[in-house]
Parts: sequence; structure tokens; C-alpha cells
Amino acid sequence: MDEFFEATITVNGKAVTRRVQPRQHLIDFLRDELGLTGSHTACEHGVCGACTVRIDGQIRRGCLMLAVQAHGCSVDTVEGLTDSGELGALQQEFHERNALQCGFCTPGMLLTAQELVATQPDATREEIRDFMSGNLCRCTGYQSIIDAIEEVIVTRRKGAQP
Amino acid sequence: MKAAPFAYAKPGSLREAFALLERHGDRAKLLAGGQSLIAALNMRLATPSILVDLTAIPGIDGIQLRGDHLAIGALVRHREIERSELVAKHAPLLSQAAPHIAHVAIRNAGTIGGSLAMADPAAEWPACCVALEAHIVAASPKGERRIPATKFFKSLFTTALAPREIITAVEVPVAGANTRSAFLELVRRRGDYAIVGLAAHTQLERGALTRLRLVYLGVGDAPVSAAGAMEKLEGKRATPEAIAAAQAALEQDLSPAADLTHSAATKLHLARVLLGRALAALVT
Repeated sequence: MDEFFEATITVNGKAVTRRVQPRQHLIDFLRDELGLTGSHTACEHGVCGACTVRIDGQIRRGCLMLAVQAHGCSVDTVEGLTDSGELGALQQEFHERNALQCGFCTPGMLLTAQELVATQPDATREEIRDFMSGNLCRCTGYQSIIDAIEEVIVTRRKGAQP
Repeated sequence: MKAAPFAYAKPGSLREAFALLERHGDRAKLLAGGQSLIAALNMRLATPSILVDLTAIPGIDGIQLRGDHLAIGALVRHREIERSELVAKHAPLLSQAAPHIAHVAIRNAGTIGGSLAMADPAAEWPACCVALEAHIVAASPKGERRIPATKFFKSLFTTALAPREIITAVEVPVAGANTRSAFLELVRRRGDYAIVGLAAHTQLERGALTRLRLVYLGVGDAPVSAAGAMEKLEGKRATPEAIAAAQAALEQDLSPAADLTHSAATKLHLARVLLGRALAALVT
């Protein structure tokens, strides 16, 4: 069954067209075909969150989506969102607070945290924990990650006050 | 793991989808959000020869108020339900349940139609639809039929859908002024499958529970209505005595199987705990 489909996907703002096999995951397409290895592949059944990418503005599991399903979609990865500066505040705070050790989970953490910051600017610490529950980290024990995200949210809130 | 090879088709209409199902029969699998199916493909628990992607079919998405019911299209994502003001107003049980479904990245993708068709006994939407006495709308080349949710879930991953039928929507009766609902789940970690969950729904008439529905998830092969507990409470106030009688009745209503970390007795105990909490929530 060597059927291929032509998929046109806008990745980090640039349209790319490739022939893909239906069985190819979006995460493998991004990593193996496009060399965008910032998003990681680990559990491959939707549990760990290391493969989190953004599809049409919303985070998704890159291992629970086929490349062919992304035809016509806009995909953002940690590379694109780093270049655009969108993740800058979170990255700075992760750095300050040592919110990573091996760093494997960090791209997924950043993308998930960015959706939280954008959609729930008033999130409490408990709500941050809740929102981040789908991203696993085996090093930090999570405290510093939650601290970093909370700091970004609190700083934004202060900045938004008149 | 990586999925075994399969073909892929994205029909632009129900008619095209039916034709594909006709041609490929049981070797075809329907794909909506894919949050259960693709995981199953990755682990090679499912090895279909073709995926039929339903997401380009018009008219089976969106949430609409239609008279006495809310029509939720099969392709509506969990996250959309979670954030919908229409749902919060007219079917609050669904708003309460949505945050319990996995994690945001998965709720952004998974669909209500997919969840109902999958019929995982630990899933939230099946129990909610039974508690709400919703109808599941299924289309086939022969036309459309509305299946009561109470008759839809047959067993583990097994529904009343015929082989060539496709879910197009779910119709949920709209809540009235006296409608109260509660959705509770116990999990080891946020977003995990429920150890035990409970969808509770009632009309509160001058403090009395009427038309009470108590539907458990994670304790059987399908959503389980706690008939004995419902009978003990129907028409009554949630007094400590009535609650205790209902909790005792759960012993007959439920026969949960042990899982890796919880014995059957623990699950039954937890079901009683949830019943107490749900009744407190319904009457406050």
C-alpha cells in the first residue's frame, strides 16, 4: 500500500508541498521531512505532550495527527514561535528559574503554556497545573515550570493594569 | 510505535462516505478527531486498510439551539463544547464534564461524534448523553434515524450503529429553570481515565429530586444507570437518610471490575463517595 498524497501545509508561515504516506504522523513529517526537530517524539500515543505543536492556532498532539490531515492547515512549531518572539517571555522565565534540566519536554511545555497565557490570562496556580497536566516532565518535579508560567502571567497582568 | 500502512480518503459528502464504506466494509475506519483511533493505530491495536476522514463533510458540525433541544454536530470538538456559551446555558452537564476529558491538546482535536461512536466505557460523553436522555442522530444511505442514548451503548466499544451508519449529530434536551446537574470524576492524575465517574441530572421541584438520572462511567462495559439508587431518591429530598439508602443500593446497581490499582470494593466505595458529593451539588 504505497499510496502517497500530496499535502500542502503552511509550516511556520511558509507553505510546503510534499508527497506523504497516509500513515506518517505529523510529528514525523515535521522532524524527518522538514528537519524541524524541536518538537520531540516520545510516547507516540498521546500521553506525554513532547510532540505538542500548534494547528490553526490551537495546540495538538503531533503524534495523534497524520501529516495528511494537516493538508490545508497552518502549523506552528517551537522553531517558528521562537523566531517570531512569541515564546520569548516564557523562554526567558524558564531560563531564569531553571525550569528545565534535560530539556526534552520543554518545547511541548512552552507551546502548551503559551496557549494558556493567551486564552486564560487570569489563570490561578491551580489552573496552570490543570492546563499543564497533559505535558510530562521526568526531571524538574514541575514546581519550577509552574513558577515560570505563573511569573509570566502575573507580569502580564501587572502590565495590563492602567 | 508507528501505524501499519493504510489508505486514506477524505469524502466531501455523506454520500461519498457511504460509497467508501460500501466498497471497503469492515476494513474501513472512520476518522474524525482521531484522538483514540490514531493512538490505537500507533499501537497497532487497529489495522484498517483505509481511513475515511469525515472532516470535510459539510453540515455535521456546529452547535445550534433548535426549539427544545440543542443540536451538537458530530464534528464538534470537546474544547468547543467546553467553551460554548450555548452549551453552558442549555446543557450545563456537558460544560461540567468537558474539562475532565484528557488534556487541552486532545480536547482541541477530539470530537463528540467520535467519542460516542468509540463507546469507551470510561469516556465522559456517553455517560452524559445517557443521563440527559439525548438522542444520537445517525445517517445511512437509507436515511436518518434518532437513537435514544439509553439504547445506544451496548457493550465495550459496541454501539447500536449499523455497519454503514455514520453519526451526524447528538440532540440534547435543553435545561429548564429547575434543571440541576453535576459531573464528578475520581482520577489518579488530572486527565487520566476515570477510576469512577458520575453524571447526575435532575429536575429540582420544591427541593425534591425528580426525574433523577445517575449514570456512572468506568464501572462497567458501558455507561451504567444506577436504577436502585435513582428509585430510592426519586421524589425525595436529599436528606442524610435518603442519601445513605441510595448509597447502599449501589451495591446492587454496580458490579465494577477491579483495575490494575483498584479493587472492585474500592471502586464501589468510590462510587458511593461520588454519589454523596453529586447529591450535595445538585441541591445547593
